[in-house]
Amino acid sequence: MIKARVTVTLKNGVLDPQGKAIEHALSGLGFGGVGSVRQGKVFDLELQETDKAKAEAELKAMCDKLLANTVIENYNVSLT
Amino acid sequence: MKTAVVLLPGLNRDRDMIAALTKISGKAPVTVWQTDTEIPDVDLIAIPGGFSFGDYLRCGAIAARSPVMRAVAEKAAKGVQVIGVCNGFQILVEAGLLPGALMRNSSLKFVCREVKLQVANANTAFTRNYAPGQIIRAPIAHHDGNYFADDETLKRIEGGGQVVFRYAEGTNPNGSINDIAGIINTNGNVLGLMPHPENLIEAAHGGTDGRGLFESALGIPSRQAA
Repeated sequence: MIKARVTVTLKNGVLDPQGKAIEHALSGLGFGGVGSVRQGKVFDLELQETDKAKAEAELKAMCDKLLANTVIENYNVSLT
Repeated sequence: MKTAVVLLPGLNRDRDMIAALTKISGKAPVTVWQTDTEIPDVDLIAIPGGFSFGDYLRCGAIAARSPVMRAVAEKAAKGVQVIGVCNGFQILVEAGLLPGALMRNSSLKFVCREVKLQVANANTAFTRNYAPGQIIRAPIAHHDGNYFADDETLKRIEGGGQVVFRYAEGTNPNGSINDIAGIINTNGNVLGLMPHPENLIEAAHGGTDGRGLFESALGIPSRQAA
């Protein structure tokens, strides 16, 4: 079995109002010096596949088809 | 004219859409469920608003991958008219039937009120009963209506007349780029919009500004046509 972590983040240039709100809240809590916050998503998956290359290709297909909206988001796949 | 309404778990404007289509076309629409793989021969398919699949992952993302949406895509490719309202619009962009994406409102707030819409393109099958530039009233109720497209896509849809509705100047409720409220595909048969025209079709609603959209699509003359 292969375990994988997929992270999905907003592309540069795409406004992230939620990240902005978090940034304001952090400064309200006294955490100064936070330049910017961008919110993203993390998916932890367990795959039956044992071949790492195949698993990676499969995960990328999953990202393109569902896990990420590539109009606004980038993704990163890492096998753990 | 025959119509169909797509039903998905979590939608909540389906009854409004069914009522509107029944009143305007004179015949109740057929309903198709998320697992249906075929849609009967109809002239117009409507995807209503709501929170399909609880808005999990991204608004409309799960619904866009459901079996019924493959059937909708097949019909759309054959030229059948498709309209997606609110969550229906989000589903159409997630399904790739319309360009761009719908993101969280810039205010981060759910917005439920009436707005003024400008008919940016009255030369479509869905807007021909309106006058170019006409300002119409429309209710909105959404959390994720902030339309986004990259520069290249935006240039293409603006240049190609694919922006069909805009929030009237100074009234953008969600941060949408270029005040975009509704867009159409390049073939002119798939329309998505955030506002709810189905909720303004009879006097009891307090206005009939939404009728023109359905009457245009169904080839029925509108009294309010200019």
